[in-house]
Amino acid sequence: MKRSEIQGLGLAAVLLAAAALLPFLTEGFYLTLALNLAIYVALCTAWTLFSGPTHLVSLATAAFFGVGTYAVAIGIDFLPFPLLILCGGLAGALFATVIGAATLRLSGVYFVIFTLGLAELTRQIIAYLQTKVFGSMGLFVMTDHTEGDLFLYLVGLIGLIFATGWLIGRSRLGFALRVIGNDELVARHFGIKVARTKIILFAVSGAFIGMAGAILAPRYAYIEPQAAFNPTMSFMVVIMALLGGTRRLWGPLVGVVPFTLLSDFVSANFPDHINIVIGLAFLGIVYLLPDGVTGALEKLMQRRGGSTPTGDVR
Amino acid sequence: MSTPILQIDQLRKAFGGLVAVNTVSFAVAEGELLGLIGPNGSGKTTTMNLISGALVPTSGEVRLDGKKISGASPAAISGAGIARTFQLVRVLPGMTVIENVMAGAVFSRARLWGRAAEARAVELLARVGLEERAHLPLSAMTYIDQKRVELARALAANPRVLLLDEWLAGLNPTELNQAIDLLRGIHREGMTIVMVEHVMDAIRSLCSRCVVMNLGTKIAEGGTDAVLSDRNVMEAYLGVE
Amino acid sequence: MEILVTGLLLGGTYALIALGLTLQYGVARMMNLSTGETLVAGCFAAWLLFTVAGINPIFGLLVVAPLGFVLNGMIYLGLLRPLVNRAKNAGMLEVDSILATFGLLFLFEGVMQLAFGGSFFNYQFLAVPFQLLGSSYAMNRIVAFAAAAVIAGLLCLFLYRTRFGTAVRAVAVDPQAARLVGINVNLVAAFAFALGGAITACGGALLSTFYTFTATMGAVFTMKALIIVIMGGVGDVRGAVVAALILGIMETLVASLIDPGLTLAATYGLFIAVLLFRPQGIFGGKAG
Repeated sequence: MKRSEIQGLGLAAVLLAAAALLPFLTEGFYLTLALNLAIYVALCTAWTLFSGPTHLVSLATAAFFGVGTYAVAIGIDFLPFPLLILCGGLAGALFATVIGAATLRLSGVYFVIFTLGLAELTRQIIAYLQTKVFGSMGLFVMTDHTEGDLFLYLVGLIGLIFATGWLIGRSRLGFALRVIGNDELVARHFGIKVARTKIILFAVSGAFIGMAGAILAPRYAYIEPQAAFNPTMSFMVVIMALLGGTRRLWGPLVGVVPFTLLSDFVSANFPDHINIVIGLAFLGIVYLLPDGVTGALEKLMQRRGGSTPTGDVR
Repeated sequence: MSTPILQIDQLRKAFGGLVAVNTVSFAVAEGELLGLIGPNGSGKTTTMNLISGALVPTSGEVRLDGKKISGASPAAISGAGIARTFQLVRVLPGMTVIENVMAGAVFSRARLWGRAAEARAVELLARVGLEERAHLPLSAMTYIDQKRVELARALAANPRVLLLDEWLAGLNPTELNQAIDLLRGIHREGMTIVMVEHVMDAIRSLCSRCVVMNLGTKIAEGGTDAVLSDRNVMEAYLGVE
Repeated sequence: MEILVTGLLLGGTYALIALGLTLQYGVARMMNLSTGETLVAGCFAAWLLFTVAGINPIFGLLVVAPLGFVLNGMIYLGLLRPLVNRAKNAGMLEVDSILATFGLLFLFEGVMQLAFGGSFFNYQFLAVPFQLLGSSYAMNRIVAFAAAAVIAGLLCLFLYRTRFGTAVRAVAVDPQAARLVGINVNLVAAFAFALGGAITACGGALLSTFYTFTATMGAVFTMKALIIVIMGGVGDVRGAVVAALILGIMETLVASLIDPGLTLAATYGLFIAVLLFRPQGIFGGKAG
């Protein structure tokens, strides 16, 4: 391993440990804020695992999150919470595999369009099942888990996501993704099963998002379809990840903090303006920061240093 | 010949009303260096694409070692042992030279990874004369060097048959001689090669046998000198007098 | 039977937004995710003209269409053309244009939300029953369908009988070849995009005569338009119309016989089926 890699790993470990101390140091407002940030860090990083290398904008985040939440809501009376988190992950992975198998063999446009309505579709189906089959609008989730507990679970999940990203980068899967990202035709001609690779990666990403949804189920005592499957979540994740920059796995981190604060502020003070903010954010990303903040910074540093990048390519 | 390594059997490809490859058949023996020649638009590259799996035949078969490979995905055909270069060089711009060559070795029939893949890549880069530039990015390479990278990448796949699609195009006389020597050396080591080419000097000096196509059909097959003096072939290239 | 006719009437209006998107995606090669917003803007424009100026929506089309044309033309030239110029390959352009038009979707929705609030709007125009084939249907639906049919017919006339229309079709089939025969592809693409917007806006105006609309429904209609265009075969005008009618019938079927809350699920189901079994669409040429 290179020295810079060891340094990076060390830094990550330190940050995670520091984050894990947070629930013991503070409560109330700051913990809730930290929890909200942690949610989006987990979601955006898991999203970037897939959408970064493949450049396919997935809007399915809310759908995978929702199935994770529902996995807990359904099983909370029968199974221990940690096991249910894994179930949420499994549900997310299965869902992603099905979606991926259906859409990833075709052009990227179909994938994006399909994921666009996925959260709404899932919400409709579950709402229908809930009312017509199960007779109630939602499910109760009663646990003793505090916000601090949930935060720690999330920190653990974030660590797991980064570790997975790092391992993938060093693996054949990661290498295959880089080749695909450079030239798909060449990838095919040298033995890479392109669709299968994308589906596997999508499943991994979906699993982590499902786990995040599962972890957060205890936060709402009563799980309703529209709470669990909130399409706005998908859009937020995309904005934050792209804003931060998806060339590096830690890029989205940079986008999460400012945008979460901004959207909280706007929702609180100008609730009717949130769509305008989202729209401007997307336009800003496309026209001003196509590689996100981290990408722009890296380009600046390269111009100063005079070297050419050999990392992931657009 | 005894079971040919590559058999093209009544291969046909139609794009709507346009028949690009019209019931073409020929065989390649193991260890042979076959030239596939013909004027522009004769269907040579389409035939290459049919063999490598980039296109699916409308009818007919391609068989490798007697087993049908046509209709399979390019990835599967690569696994069976076909590797190729492309008419317009397709190197991987975001990766270094050595990574480009490794890309040929990791997922194909060679199935190497880590140190083994790296070692093989270094070996092949030396073979094509690029060992000094292993860690440079592709953007720093000249056109002919990019072609050499492509060749090394194809060899890294440990193929049974190597397809070269106008690999010698765009080279000046010095470069051309070097390239011809390189190919001769690879052929001598036992590689079966099918080359689509326009550079006739190269065909004459490298290929003992040729297949000539025109307007999608095979119009001649046989020893290079015989084929190149064939009336039909000359008419195809030069037009009827 | 009633369901069939109602569905057809609905589908006819859907056809306009699908035709608009077909022009934009098939010719200008831009997947315009803000097309639903143009539709909603058309609804509001017609409503304004009717309630404030007393102008009949059918005549209102004469105002709505040029507005849609100009607005989408500006979007294409100002926002999307720069993306074309800077994109290094088709894949990047697709991603960029999707994100940019997605941003426009939110922006327009937000602006309309501010201007009109979140409530539902409708107005009474020809809301009288009309006897057709033994059952009675709303007159406004029939008139809307007729107007949509006329517009679609005019579009076909334009595309198949005029020189410029043929140029538009040529660019849809093969821009490179079109350039080689002297067609100004840039001009045609911009025109097609703007025209697509005009037709979509007309679709919105006609829809507003019988459909209760709100500022936030743009995204749903974008989805429907996308699904219709893909089902019909991208770039294929006949396919878009047929698929739109099918969607209209299917939605009405599901809403009447199963559950109104499952219409989106049914639409999606149809979409998945098409993607899995015939990704090139009903009339499409190449897949994916």
